[in-house]
Amino acid sequence: MNPTIAAASVIAAALAIGLAAIGPGIGQGNASGSAVEGIARQPEAEGKIRGTLLLTLAFMESLTIYGLVIALVLLFANPFA
Amino acid sequence: MQMLSFLDTFTAFPLAELEVGKHFYWEIGNLKLHGQVFITSWIVIAILLTASVLATRNIQRVPQGIQNVMEYALEFVRDIAKNQLGEKEYRPWLPFIGTLFLFIFVSNWSGALIPWRLIELPEGELAAPTSDINTTVALALLTSLAYFYAGFSKRGLGYFSKYVEPTPILLPIAILEDFTKPLSLSFRLFGNILADELVVAVLVLLVPLFVPIPVMLLGLFTSAIQALVFATLAGAYIHEAVEGHGGEEHEAH
Repeated sequence: MNPTIAAASVIAAALAIGLAAIGPGIGQGNASGSAVEGIARQPEAEGKIRGTLLLTLAFMESLTIYGLVIALVLLFANPFA
Repeated sequence: MQMLSFLDTFTAFPLAELEVGKHFYWEIGNLKLHGQVFITSWIVIAILLTASVLATRNIQRVPQGIQNVMEYALEFVRDIAKNQLGEKEYRPWLPFIGTLFLFIFVSNWSGALIPWRLIELPEGELAAPTSDINTTVALALLTSLAYFYAGFSKRGLGYFSKYVEPTPILLPIAILEDFTKPLSLSFRLFGNILADELVVAVLVLLVPLFVPIPVMLLGLFTSAIQALVFATLAGAYIHEAVEGHGGEEHEAH
């Protein structure tokens, strides 16, 4: 593999996963914060809130996972290698 | 692959090898098949079949043992389908959504719970079937076919009016949505499961004992959630196709 391409791919993979973690991190923080607020205000709704929260967190997490898929493609199945 | 060749120096721990991108190829005609995925999927299917046959062989009025477990599983998938599709529509789609959930769930957990590494393959390694993108793409395309069929059989040609329904300007986006749905479904499942297995493998490389256990437990949790998410989204897409309007609250994933 061309060393320039190798170096660029590694940096691109790091950026892909690192940048993709920012947005979902903020989103998950907001969602969890609101969920805790909701539970504190209405403790009897805890089960329902928790179920919805977990599902929503999984959706947000998948955004980071898309970045991870790109990073894995760059590292293991690089089309430019 | 050469980039991570430094990992080969860690072969002192044969249970902790990283073999992403290597496959155990079966050649049938002109086709190259990923044999390890077939072997593991067949084992998963065998587990599910044995469980359901054992549970239904001697049905009691008061369920005991495995019948109890399978009744719980049935109620669980029925609730998923009912929550997404509604009381009236859910029954015909219960087998599809239930199969998706059970297959993905058992596949994901098999990757973590069954010690596949003890079985030697000439090349590649056995892992969860869902950590191969071909499996997840197949499941996602089946979901696409299912919701097209659901919409078309329910509403006939009127189903295609959803593409131009509020305004024809959004036609390209509506068409694009049909491609992004299976793409996001398959990438989400594939990425999550592969990420789980990679994180566990890297941690086992670094510290072979005890330290990876919390991460393994987290992996079990997220893979169960991913099975739930896949089944829920399949139900939501089918519901949207059947109902036409008003499916917006399940949108934008």
